[in-house]
Amino acid sequence: MTINSQTNKPDSAPPLLQLSHVSISPKKTPTRLLVNNVSFSIDAGKTTCVVGESGSGKSLTALSIMGLLSKQLQLNTGKVLFNDTNDGVQDLTMLNEVSLQKIRGAKIAMIFQEPMTSLNPVLTVGYQIGESLTTHLGLKGERLKTKIASLLEMVGIPPSRANSYPDELSGGQRQRVMIAMSIACEPRLLIADEPTTALDVTVQAQILKLLDDLKTRMNMGMLFITHDFGVVADIADHVVVMFRGEIVESGTKEQVLGNPQHPYTKALLACVPDAEGKKALKPIDYAWLKQESVA
Amino acid sequence: MVEAGVSGVSDIILQANGLVKTYTQRSGKFGFGTTLVKALDNVSITLHAGTTLAVVGESGSGKSTLARCLLQLQPLDSGEVIFAGQDLSKLPASALRDVRKNLQMVFQDPFASLNPRMRVGEIVGEGLLIHGLGSATERQKKVIAMLKRVGLTEADMQKYPHEFSGGQRQRIGIARALVLEPKVVVCDEPVSALDVSIQAQILLLLKALQQEMALSYIFISHDLRVVRHIADDIVVMYQGKVVEQGKVADIYEQPQHEYTQNLLAAIPGKKDGVGKKVVNA
Repeated sequence: MTINSQTNKPDSAPPLLQLSHVSISPKKTPTRLLVNNVSFSIDAGKTTCVVGESGSGKSLTALSIMGLLSKQLQLNTGKVLFNDTNDGVQDLTMLNEVSLQKIRGAKIAMIFQEPMTSLNPVLTVGYQIGESLTTHLGLKGERLKTKIASLLEMVGIPPSRANSYPDELSGGQRQRVMIAMSIACEPRLLIADEPTTALDVTVQAQILKLLDDLKTRMNMGMLFITHDFGVVADIADHVVVMFRGEIVESGTKEQVLGNPQHPYTKALLACVPDAEGKKALKPIDYAWLKQESVA
Repeated sequence: MVEAGVSGVSDIILQANGLVKTYTQRSGKFGFGTTLVKALDNVSITLHAGTTLAVVGESGSGKSTLARCLLQLQPLDSGEVIFAGQDLSKLPASALRDVRKNLQMVFQDPFASLNPRMRVGEIVGEGLLIHGLGSATERQKKVIAMLKRVGLTEADMQKYPHEFSGGQRQRIGIARALVLEPKVVVCDEPVSALDVSIQAQILLLLKALQQEMALSYIFISHDLRVVRHIADDIVVMYQGKVVEQGKVADIYEQPQHEYTQNLLAAIPGKKDGVGKKVVNA
């Protein structure tokens, strides 16, 4: 099945999340589109990777899903259709702040790039994991403690570390805590914005495996943002390639990595070094790319 | 790549023997206790002229400490660093300054390593000024030539670092290091902060400059895919110790140490990588 928004399997349920024709611009200059007409969908239990260079609009696209765009930016057009099992399909862009708060952390959760800066340094990690459990599920006391312990165990941290502060943990452990926080309420969709970029390669492999395991076990949909094609090859089901705010190519991992169609995808793949050292590196020639795209 | 380096008959340009560096770290309640951390534990490396020696390892393995100790930016506890027949760790400060123009460094973070209040022309030309090389006009000529060589323009001399992108800033950092025509350049994760497309540009630039200027690189990195492309020899560090070293091709094909094997297995996108196995399991 392609991830093009128009071509869902006719007999299947709507996808977990569907972005259709999303455009984002600064409020002051509405004609300058930072994200231009982006459409793709994510299925439950599948991972969609959005790949692109910095400035390609991949993070903005992710932020727009939960209405987290900065105040200087606006969503010009587009729908974010979220298929919730209880409430049916709703357009997240139409919801008010109160309704969005009920979805954030509970049904859609997010993991950020910097595990060093996204935890509160003056609160224990156990408290921070528990916050969303209290807010969304009303857990308190012993039941809360047990749940926190089981979450820590699930991400591979000894439950006794619940009383530790973030600075007492390593980078990899902090990212595990972030993951524990995000999956606490068993969200239907997990958005991960470059969650392993700041980590060592061995730790990165562990975290990727953990996310992939959790995705399968909890049947979550995952939107994974990265600029590393190696990571894409490891975890993606579908791939969306973004360039200067637009989707230039999308398809299954096998299609996009094995048989790229767009010149930009080809060029981007050509500058990724391979572990065998056989490939000659080729930087992107943007002038050539421009001609090629027009032609 | 210089031919001599590949065939392995080149001269040794920099040699470090038995480097030891220990830090004290506060520990225990309120940091009243101290523990010793061995950042470098009897580390020895050899750099051949015109080749690239990669130092790989995870964060905390001591690879950046090694870089700083080689250039005497940090004092060693013990051990010697031999460059041009002299032990750098024993040189007095004035003599060390003269040697330093032959030993330059390209830093990891192009956003933090350039003085935001200096113009690019001043940043790149500062080394020439400090070492008293040439007249003002000669210095300017050299700076312009170097900027052009790394892909910037003469007009960029008047600009400040914030006016440039990450990749361009790294080009400025490279121009700053190379304008002194050094023999040895230590590159501390020079591309890890850059996009993959920019990364390829910078790697190719470093390779081309190595050939033109007969440079020898010590290339510190945690990205084994990058190392495979740029390095001739490799040193694998783990917890302050060298656990394995040799030719890149040999180590990648037949890693002996368990840690090296783990490191190579963790490269994302390898066929035996994490993703596929998990999904099928």
